[in-house]
Amino acid sequence: MIPSSASRSPRWLAASLLSLGVAAPALAQEDPIKVGILHSLSGTMAISETVLKETVEMLIAQQNAEGGLLGRQLEAVVVDPASDWPLFAEKARELLAQQEVDVIFGNWTSVSRKSVLPVVEELNGLLFYPVQYEGEESSENVFYTGAAPNQQAIPAVDYLMNEVGVERWVLAGTDYVYPRTTNKILEAYLKGHGVGEADIMINYTPFGHSDWQNIVSEIKAFGSEGKKTAVVSTINGDANVPFYRELGNQGLDAADIPVVAFSVGEQELTGIDTAPLVGHLAAWNYFMSVDTDANYDFIDAWIEYTGDDMAVTNDPMEAHYIGFHMWAEAVRKAGTTEVDAVKEAIIGVSVPNLTGGYAAMMPNHHITKPVLIGEIQDNGQFSIVWETPSTVAGDAWSDYLEGSKDLISDWRAPMSCGNYNVVTGSCGGGEAEVASAE
Amino acid sequence: MRMIRSLVRALFCLVVVALAAPAALAAADDDGQARLEALDTRAYADKGEAIEALAASGDPRTRRWLEALMDGKLQRHKETGRFVVVLENRGRHWPVADALTGEALGEMSRRELDRIGINNALRGRLQSTLAVLDLRVEDAGARREAARDLLGRVDAAMVAPLEDVLEAEGDPEVRRLLAQGLAIHRLERGEAAAVEALAGSLNPEARAALSAAARSEDPDLAEAASGALADIEQKLRLNRGLETLYFGLSLGSVLVLAAIGLAITFGVMGVINMAHGELMMLGAYTTWAMQQLLPGQPGLALLLAIPAGFLVAALAGVAIERGVIQFLKGRPLETLLATFGVSLILQQLVRTVISPLNRTVVTPEWMSGSLMINEGLSLTLNRLYVLGFALLVFAGLMLVMRRTRLGLEVRAVTQNRAMARAMGIRATRVDILTFALGSGVAGLAGVALSQLTNVGPNLGQNYIIDSFMVVVFGGVGNLWGTLVAGLSLGVINQVLEPWAGAVLAKILVLVFIILFIQKRPRGLFPQKGRAAEG
Repeated sequence: MIPSSASRSPRWLAASLLSLGVAAPALAQEDPIKVGILHSLSGTMAISETVLKETVEMLIAQQNAEGGLLGRQLEAVVVDPASDWPLFAEKARELLAQQEVDVIFGNWTSVSRKSVLPVVEELNGLLFYPVQYEGEESSENVFYTGAAPNQQAIPAVDYLMNEVGVERWVLAGTDYVYPRTTNKILEAYLKGHGVGEADIMINYTPFGHSDWQNIVSEIKAFGSEGKKTAVVSTINGDANVPFYRELGNQGLDAADIPVVAFSVGEQELTGIDTAPLVGHLAAWNYFMSVDTDANYDFIDAWIEYTGDDMAVTNDPMEAHYIGFHMWAEAVRKAGTTEVDAVKEAIIGVSVPNLTGGYAAMMPNHHITKPVLIGEIQDNGQFSIVWETPSTVAGDAWSDYLEGSKDLISDWRAPMSCGNYNVVTGSCGGGEAEVASAE
Repeated sequence: MRMIRSLVRALFCLVVVALAAPAALAAADDDGQARLEALDTRAYADKGEAIEALAASGDPRTRRWLEALMDGKLQRHKETGRFVVVLENRGRHWPVADALTGEALGEMSRRELDRIGINNALRGRLQSTLAVLDLRVEDAGARREAARDLLGRVDAAMVAPLEDVLEAEGDPEVRRLLAQGLAIHRLERGEAAAVEALAGSLNPEARAALSAAARSEDPDLAEAASGALADIEQKLRLNRGLETLYFGLSLGSVLVLAAIGLAITFGVMGVINMAHGELMMLGAYTTWAMQQLLPGQPGLALLLAIPAGFLVAALAGVAIERGVIQFLKGRPLETLLATFGVSLILQQLVRTVISPLNRTVVTPEWMSGSLMINEGLSLTLNRLYVLGFALLVFAGLMLVMRRTRLGLEVRAVTQNRAMARAMGIRATRVDILTFALGSGVAGLAGVALSQLTNVGPNLGQNYIIDSFMVVVFGGVGNLWGTLVAGLSLGVINQVLEPWAGAVLAKILVLVFIILFIQKRPRGLFPQKGRAAEG
């Protein structure tokens, strides 16, 4: 605490000097609203997270240009947790305890979010988490603006089953919590729809896996048994490039065996020559190719902000866009940045998204989103081939997993519970089983 | 491959169509607009019909439109409703041409244009429509490609025209493929007689059709299909064995490439260089930089990147040797920590200076696709090239070590430094050159890896552990050991993978090495003599 108060005194001094000298209007003396940004700028996750940090900075600059919030300017406080999961917790503590930020936008991987969770809950902070994730979580202090499994994986499988007529399924993923939980949900869902054990192949690979020859060859053999086959990929990050390359080289065409991915977006495709991938699918809640004016304005602003004419936008960026505007709206509604007031005010807040509709914050701290299926084009963009007729509300606890299907989350009074068990009628039930299911 | 193929197709068909329908050219304008209007519908079923109507119309511009549609480049100007073909769809402003007249219209932005959408099912239908057209071209290679494309895609409407084509066809390979395509269609309709035509075919589509037939209600058909399938499975078994061997050698060649530079710096000089992976990364980035310098010529850039990657990595290696390692001679732990620091610095440098994002390295045409051995077995070309490249690098390195003065001096210095100096060899200079050579080879590995995996700041990290593993397993200080160790670890890994899974296979390989090192601490090919003791 000593260093922080010491560092504050010069600012007080500066502020009083300023008001003495210029005699500025009263509101200029107020402290700026502090917005913490907790994204890795170095290490393995920098590839995905750096653009999110820049997105929040751009949103802050835009908000300031419009006169700030409650008459106060916004100020970004950036820290670098360096893709190091325990460091995420330390940096979150630094943001909340020392910098005393009013809100945090951050995290990418689930493991980093789990590491930050106890800190935000202990210090009563606000965290906006912008990435699609495996669900099975609802914290009083976290707002999940990315997709839950029912907003991405389930609709994608529905599309393949009903529109493409897929009967055999390969569930391929990187070996960690998000793919394993998602695949568990998908497996239960597929079996519930009459898909037999023999028609599901599950395959896990280590992080950064680069030799896909055998697996692609297996998929090819699995797919040549006379039933329409598709691959549902939860392969993460860097491993995708060699995977898609191998698919192209072994001649697996999207028309024969389509691959639908949940972790491959415009950002990931910038590292790939996409010509052999045309027609493979991705499921997201936003694509850069969405044809709305709001989206074009966002892209123009982003390109101007980054100064890179070829810069791309992606789904987690839109999630931050929505999250930021929801938070700003809630602050306006509450008339303060005080955490408890904002937490209460934000439920039910609805702001425009970039796909031409509205996103609303649900009582379980998840938001409503449309689900889009896109096919990869040769220029690294997606062409949208299908979308849900209306938005889908995020479900914190999957309806397809034992131990989680009886749980609901509602943070409004009087329930105020993230895992209420509707069978036993108590708060906190089922947590242990779910933890072991992961 | 694909681009050449479609180019060839486009050219031939333009010729054919232009010869066939010169009269249609003049009058078509209004019809063209109407036909394109029919394509601009939200329902994919209507769109499919519109495509068929268009293909049947004989309009000379049909092929251009269908190809643009297939690439998502047939678009409509929102304000005027004019149909345009996008010529280049990267960036934000696209050059476009009028779809009807072909007249260039300058640049338009995405905001002004509306895309005529297409999905996988339609794309498949379009491909077979185009393939049927292609069966009439003169080039036999193009006809074979077209016939192969049609396998498993024949539908009832195509049977009659295909039978006509088959009648007139002279090329035996095209005839065989067409007959198979038609047989697959007949089998799908439940004709047991078609099984005979497909017996012994290793083609995946034929196998898929037979598997489906084997599950059919009709007992005769099911029995015949199962019999044919069992026969095919028998033949495929040998194929699978060969394929696994190839996968293993290919993975092994990557390991050899990654480890061979280390075999020199660590094996011969005894320096533990944790920044070895980052030297590979520099080689990969050099490839990317070359492709940026020579846009449109990825193949030439790749060839030039081979010497350039070697030089860049060698220079970086010299800098590391002079700047860090020479001060830590004989202190392996400190060297390990210091070079680990260097590796982090290099990674972050790339992140800050270039970008934290992966860079796109284009695979040249002649390296994509695969080499077909038979219908059930094809070898991917990029990996075949890397395998050859690894062997070449190894041979080159052996030559340098065995046949040049530098090689002689290196061996002298590593065997007995003091004696070598007494004989007038400048040991410091040899150190620098050896380290430069090892680093340069790491750069070469990077150039090769840029064709297989991501070019990004983390590239090196993924290979450093494997490289040390290979060198230790092969026997420190022995280049042959590195080659044998790399290739055999690759094969072991790929043999284990199908039944153990990728994660477990990796663990099993590590356990195997640990046990092996327990038994033979000096690896496969231990160095002999007094030098090895010191």
